[in-house]
Amino acid sequence: MSKIKGAIVVDEARCKGCNLCVVACPTHTLALTTNEVNHKGYPFSRDVAGACIGCASCAIVCPDACITVYKTKID
Amino acid sequence: MSEKVNNENETVGREAIIRPENLVYAKPELLNDVHMHYCPGCSHGVVHKLIAEVIDEMGMADKAIGISPVGCGVFAYRYIDIDWQEAAHGRAPALACACKRLWPDRLVFTYQGDGDLACIGTAETIHSLNRGDNITIIFINNAIYGMTGGQMAPTTLMGMKTSTCPYGRQAAIHGYPVKMTEIAAQLEGTAYVTRQSVHTVAAIRKAKKAIRHAFENSMAGLGSNLVEIVSTCSSGWKMTPAKANEWMVEHMFPFYPIGDLKDIQSR
Repeated sequence: MSKIKGAIVVDEARCKGCNLCVVACPTHTLALTTNEVNHKGYPFSRDVAGACIGCASCAIVCPDACITVYKTKID
Repeated sequence: MSEKVNNENETVGREAIIRPENLVYAKPELLNDVHMHYCPGCSHGVVHKLIAEVIDEMGMADKAIGISPVGCGVFAYRYIDIDWQEAAHGRAPALACACKRLWPDRLVFTYQGDGDLACIGTAETIHSLNRGDNITIIFINNAIYGMTGGQMAPTTLMGMKTSTCPYGRQAAIHGYPVKMTEIAAQLEGTAYVTRQSVHTVAAIRKAKKAIRHAFENSMAGLGSNLVEIVSTCSSGWKMTPAKANEWMVEHMFPFYPIGDLKDIQSR
């Protein structure tokens, strides 16, 4: 059975850690860093669960356009 | 052991997925690499993205002129790679009118907040909309003066606390909130008047369609267009961005209901 698999790339320097992508993610893939910050001092979003389905919800709600989304079908 | 194998598979999988042909969503091309000055979670960023996407999709990048306001959106010209003019406080519709009359083939829009549009610029806004200037006004309504530190705006809700009405807005002292979009819908010159929001994926998609429709109307010469975006100001409201979205749904939407108020195309 083919499976949809997605991946995200977060522009960590651009991210302001607003958490909106974490709230929008339907698979709870994203989380903010807890012990790391970017050059502006903000925690940033990252893929922690590896359960991305490439729905792009996180990227659409991101106010700073930090997230690039890729999606593919795996047979 | 099996865990290790899974991890390895996932790493290989990720590299296989991140390829140009699998791209689903990326930063709009018209949005440049300058980091926006907005607070974390601000609705302005989402609206900037939508404007950049719509202009790009319409192929109008070389023919778009934005008018940036005074307020948090004052630096809008730094983020979207199109032509911009900077207006005096509240005077964006007057400047947009001039631009459109001098260059009728250009896509002219203003980008204004509620302090700019509904307070100091009320006269310019109403008369521009009433004249039927073929422009689009994008109106970001977050019910507060964000840039200057969260003071009461004309659109502040009854009972809402701000730094200049710390006990909540009261009718006897402060009067009532202004519904600019409802006023605009009454004017003969307007072609499309709508109120949208950008708090969820579905709302963002609808807002994008509304902005596109307004831009197309203005290019077709049908009249003036107003797209109000009910937004959050997490810093001014003193909430987290996610909580601000919830607060907006609970308190702003009953007073500022989402939907089209006027569309001459649908008649």
